[in-house]
Amino acid sequence: MSGRVLVGVKRVIDYAVKIRVKPDNTGVVTDGVKHSMNPFCEIAVEEAVKLKEKKLIKEVVAVSCGPQQSQETIRTALAMGADRGIHVDVSGKDYENLGPLQVSKILAALAKQEDAQLILLGKQAIDDDCNQTGQMTAALLDWPQGTFASEVSLEGDKINLVREIDGGLEHIKINTPAVITADLRLNTPRYATLPNIMKAKKKKIVTVKPADLGVDVTSRLEVLKVEEPPQRQAGRV
Amino acid sequence: MHCCWELVLPPVSTVMAGLLKRALRLRTALRCLCDYNMLSRSTATLSPVDFHSPFLTCSSEQVLASTRKLHAGADGSKVSPSAAPERLPFCRVTEEDLAFFRKILAGRTIVDPDLVEPSNVDWLKSVRGSSEVLLRPQTTEEVSQILSYCNSRNLAVNPQGGNTGLVGGSVPVYDEIILSTSLMNKILNFDSISGVLTCQAGCVLENLSFYLEERDYIMPLDLGAKGSCQIGGNVATNAGGLRLLRYGSLHGTVLGLELVLADGQVLDCLSTLRKDNTGYDLKQLFIGSEGTLGVITAVSILCPRKPKSVNVVFLGCETFEQLLKTFQLCKSMLGEILSAFEFLDSECMRLLNTHLKLPNPISDCPFYIVIETSGSDPTHDAQKLHNFLEEAMTSSLVSDGTVATEEAKIKALWSLRERVTEALTHDGFTYKYDISLPVERIYQLVTDMRKHLGNRAKSVVGYGHVGDGNLHLNVTSPSKDPALLAAIEPFVYEWTASCRGSISAEHGLGLKKRNYIYYSKQSQAVALMGNIKAMLDPKGILNPYKTLPDNLKQ
Repeated sequence: MSGRVLVGVKRVIDYAVKIRVKPDNTGVVTDGVKHSMNPFCEIAVEEAVKLKEKKLIKEVVAVSCGPQQSQETIRTALAMGADRGIHVDVSGKDYENLGPLQVSKILAALAKQEDAQLILLGKQAIDDDCNQTGQMTAALLDWPQGTFASEVSLEGDKINLVREIDGGLEHIKINTPAVITADLRLNTPRYATLPNIMKAKKKKIVTVKPADLGVDVTSRLEVLKVEEPPQRQAGRV
Repeated sequence: MHCCWELVLPPVSTVMAGLLKRALRLRTALRCLCDYNMLSRSTATLSPVDFHSPFLTCSSEQVLASTRKLHAGADGSKVSPSAAPERLPFCRVTEEDLAFFRKILAGRTIVDPDLVEPSNVDWLKSVRGSSEVLLRPQTTEEVSQILSYCNSRNLAVNPQGGNTGLVGGSVPVYDEIILSTSLMNKILNFDSISGVLTCQAGCVLENLSFYLEERDYIMPLDLGAKGSCQIGGNVATNAGGLRLLRYGSLHGTVLGLELVLADGQVLDCLSTLRKDNTGYDLKQLFIGSEGTLGVITAVSILCPRKPKSVNVVFLGCETFEQLLKTFQLCKSMLGEILSAFEFLDSECMRLLNTHLKLPNPISDCPFYIVIETSGSDPTHDAQKLHNFLEEAMTSSLVSDGTVATEEAKIKALWSLRERVTEALTHDGFTYKYDISLPVERIYQLVTDMRKHLGNRAKSVVGYGHVGDGNLHLNVTSPSKDPALLAAIEPFVYEWTASCRGSISAEHGLGLKKRNYIYYSKQSQAVALMGNIKAMLDPKGILNPYKTLPDNLKQ
């Protein structure tokens, strides 16, 4: 085991913020709106840091794809205990059109470059609710996948996983290297304590471009229109 | 029986000697009000059973005699100063009165006991009245008609907002008619240039916050009770809260009030002007008057812009001295962006863990601080905060901490401070004290109280707005304990008086603390308050038995 874990973290609009659709219906308002780390990505980071604390893995590398501000999200992961960060710089129109397929190509490329044993992701992002990146990344790498994980334990070079599925809980065992996506009950993310926040300022974040990884980020999807759901009518008692 | 009181003796100096003399004079003055003893009924709880107590079935002459004895401080009287006084000779509600109310408040005159009952009991469930009528007006005109009628009929009225007060001021003592502002919940106007919000008194504070946040403003005050408390009640009690450090008190942020006086006269001082020096500023009299001088029906309040960048820091300190030094450091390095500085002790954290299952975000420390910064530029604030935290950590003022910039985490950290009150209610019967002291002496009172009470109390906790010099001292016991109360009071009040502190920093006097006013105010001042009350409410129908001490009653 190289003992290296790649954790993907996505910068999304904070879940407590009220979303507003842009007047031209091309998307939602993001300017000046509070952003934070996707809650499921937080759970993934927490799991990776826990594994490192148990000395089952050696290094946690946090990865985020997006504009300059994505570095803040990586800093948060570093403050929680990740060792270093990789910022894949995607901005402007490319960023607006960035979706699971491109991100999974990037993650696959990085996994090979960094010789990762494990990729930990959130099960889905709260802005697009795609729930595809983990599965696509595993397919591109031809690695086993453990999605909707609510319990993870390493056993030699295999992983025991409990998955949350419609029928209940599924227990599986998969080989490494593997992709795991975190579900809500996997853990409770820690608060980043001051000493770690201070240390995080000194940890390294490297910036790369998708082209450096040989990935083409052009999208095959075109967003036609974004609109609000119909207004709820008042109920009658 | 004579009770021995322990006096905390600060280091002696001429100033201190003067304070000591003053404290002794106070003690004598209070002996004239009542005597302290082992009590069977020490708090103001009056269940219907009390109406059958020997005290009240005496002839009126005997009652008068007992009352005189009580006030003269003769030995043998067994009533605590926080217990309710005798019922004053107001009229009782008749069918004709109900018919009148029903005519002006169709469907909003409530006499069903099940519906009136919640309004008869305070939030702490520590006092209960026996009102049989709950009125719910929707307009100022209706309030005016109600008060005019009650004044002419000599019926006592208890104005009630969100009923979240902690000194028994919001519920009836006897059969006072409850005048609820809950249906007066309209926002009348908001000026987005000046930031002035005008609304009816029954608007819930949290709803006003939501309304303003959509328009990029916030309320200048915030408290744990925001989901239930109403702005009229906030103004009537001059509520302080978590943002006072930054935005000041309601005396500064309230620009105008509309009130109804005891005789039904509507007093329109609902100005929205920031500056208006034309005559006496009458609204100041009503802010903090606890419903005893008039009923507030509308408020205009100056609101600050919503800060673009809010950060909350949760820190742990080993000693209170370090906490105070952190406060000084905070003021110097975060100065203009500091919007809250609160503390809680390790006992509070234990209660939060035990009763509310809220985990400690950092390691266990004797003291915890919640610091909030609010500014207009996230990058500037982050830099200031980073510098402050670095300094606090390297100079070892702070032993651990965490920072939150995200909405959800900010709420989680604030709830550790805001929910202490709730955690205490699960710990047992709570004796609450809200004290203003010189900042450096705040925790001394908690330590002294713990030593003084020893095993008699279940928990003794201290928390509060340390930035404002305001301590919330709470003592819990498994159930109401008169012996414990006798140990706590007047120890806590004398301790406070010896530092020239306030025995009620922000909670007000209400029913429970009315007779302790002399610990913090001179008798001439109190006498003047009585004159003002008599002038504005000659029959004394507005919220009787509250705020002013018994020995001022006609």
